[in-house]
Amino acid sequence: MSKLKKLRPGWGIVPIAIFLTIWETVARLNLIPGHFFFPPFSTVVGEFYYLTANGVLGHNFLSSLVRVLIGFSAGSLAGLLVGTIMGWKDVVNKSLSPIISLIYPIPALGWLPLLMLWLGIGETLPIAIIFICSFFPIVYNTATGIRTVDKNYIQVARTLGASDMKILTTVVMPLALPNIFTGLRLESGMAWRVIIAAEMVAIPTGIGALMMKAESLMRIDIIIVCLIVLAVMCFSFEKFFTFLEAKLTGQWS
Amino acid sequence: MPSIKIKNVSKYVCRKVNLEILDGELLVLLGPNGAGKSTLLNVIAGLIEYEGSVLFDGEQVDELSPRKRKIGYLFQNLNLFPHMDVASNIAYSLKVQKRPQSALEARVNELLQMMKIKHLSSRYPGQLSGGEKQRVALARALAMAPQVLLLDEPLSSLDMQASKYLRMELRQLQKKLGITTIYVTHDLKEAGEMADRIAVIESGRMEQVARPGEVFFSPVSKKVSDFIGAPNILDCTYCHGLGRGVVEVTCGGLPIIVPDDGNEVKKIALLPRDIYVSESKPPGPEVNRFKGIITGIDAADDMVRLKVKAGENRLIVEMPHHIYRDMDLVVGKEVFLILKLRSIKVYRNEEQV
Repeated sequence: MSKLKKLRPGWGIVPIAIFLTIWETVARLNLIPGHFFFPPFSTVVGEFYYLTANGVLGHNFLSSLVRVLIGFSAGSLAGLLVGTIMGWKDVVNKSLSPIISLIYPIPALGWLPLLMLWLGIGETLPIAIIFICSFFPIVYNTATGIRTVDKNYIQVARTLGASDMKILTTVVMPLALPNIFTGLRLESGMAWRVIIAAEMVAIPTGIGALMMKAESLMRIDIIIVCLIVLAVMCFSFEKFFTFLEAKLTGQWS
Repeated sequence: MPSIKIKNVSKYVCRKVNLEILDGELLVLLGPNGAGKSTLLNVIAGLIEYEGSVLFDGEQVDELSPRKRKIGYLFQNLNLFPHMDVASNIAYSLKVQKRPQSALEARVNELLQMMKIKHLSSRYPGQLSGGEKQRVALARALAMAPQVLLLDEPLSSLDMQASKYLRMELRQLQKKLGITTIYVTHDLKEAGEMADRIAVIESGRMEQVARPGEVFFSPVSKKVSDFIGAPNILDCTYCHGLGRGVVEVTCGGLPIIVPDDGNEVKKIALLPRDIYVSESKPPGPEVNRFKGIITGIDAADDMVRLKVKAGENRLIVEMPHHIYRDMDLVVGKEVFLILKLRSIKVYRNEEQV
């Protein structure tokens, strides 16, 4: 048991290494018919290096990254603000809840045709999609987080002399953080998934657009490079918020 | 510290409640669950709207928000802020009232020392034991030097030993600070140990407000008597000390040994559930063991109530049904009664032990 525990920190690399070895072997030995569609891992690595060196990957990655950062930051901040007000003020919650509940289930990409007509094809379009994708879930999680804070803490703070605003900022918001972070963590990954899809359909630059170009040229290795970049970015964004949450709430939650 | 007057207060189960708490007094609000005890505390704290008036030192405070009433409130489940360490929890009220940092730190240190929790200052509530949480919550409630302290069953979550110890400490602290205090409990023993006076509340009505001994030995109504366990009250006619902390009293012809504190014993009270019945003569010395004759049996409820004549006393004795079934008890049968020394309540010149 104790030996297993000691192995755990590096243990996750082993299955990945096995997977890559099998991939490389299967592709090199042409074990799958039509090997053209299944390049070895080493070829993908080579292509990654080539695309990075000639700046194509960097350029497209940066386009996607900027869109995600702007759209996600704006959507999250707006979501936090609206969600906080909804969670704190019952009257606002009752007024906005029906609208939010109605719009929340619409998939972010469902807005694409409408936004293409309203905003046109340009930088605003993917940012707006990411904004919508982040805004509603974060509103929902924040409002729920604030509403579910034990009312007794609010009463205690009141007897200790805190004003409503102080109670909100010093007691309710910190206690709602775990819920808020759940929303931020999930939506930060979702933002990448959505931007790739949006770029594939409607935008000429970015990782999604690069994938579509690779598809038309039947460059499977480039598609896989893009997928790996996407996976790493989703993973990194989610891990960043996990880290931030642990930093802010780890000592008590 | 202010005296508190509650005039014609109605809220939820409470109907036109009147109550006066004296300056510096510790009044215990005693009653069963749902009697309206916590509601009254919330009314005094201003946490809920209500009909009627609350006066601090004769001044109406009905329009004042909780923070302007200068109260310290210890809630039943304590509700320490889980995201703040002990020092921050204690400092909370000082911080929101924007006390200068140096004054804040000095006050927090003073409270940490007073409550003997200095070594816990950087721990989070999740890392504290029940008793430690209790001390932190009390320190937090006292941080702003409140004029009134409201305690809502603060010891109910602790084990018996910790609860007893903290009860004593709490009482000492209250006397030292001279702070007007209302202590809510449904535990009669706790009430007897803590109170200057007890207010018995039942279904939102104030049944009796009196000193602990008076409530126990002279309940004003059947409701109060039932709530405190409908004790057998025996008048004592003779009393002499035996040393070693006990005294012998004579009650209705029976010599009974009770705890001694040097004062003359006027009455003793025995709860029906604290008198044991045996069909045969119990082994051991014949101390607080008496013969009696069963004069009546009431087996209607979960508990069986026996009427027993012992000496000149007519006692009520309670026992669970399953024990009664295993015994052969009938009216007219001679039985032996056994009294536990520590279960005998003693009334001495307005003092209860």
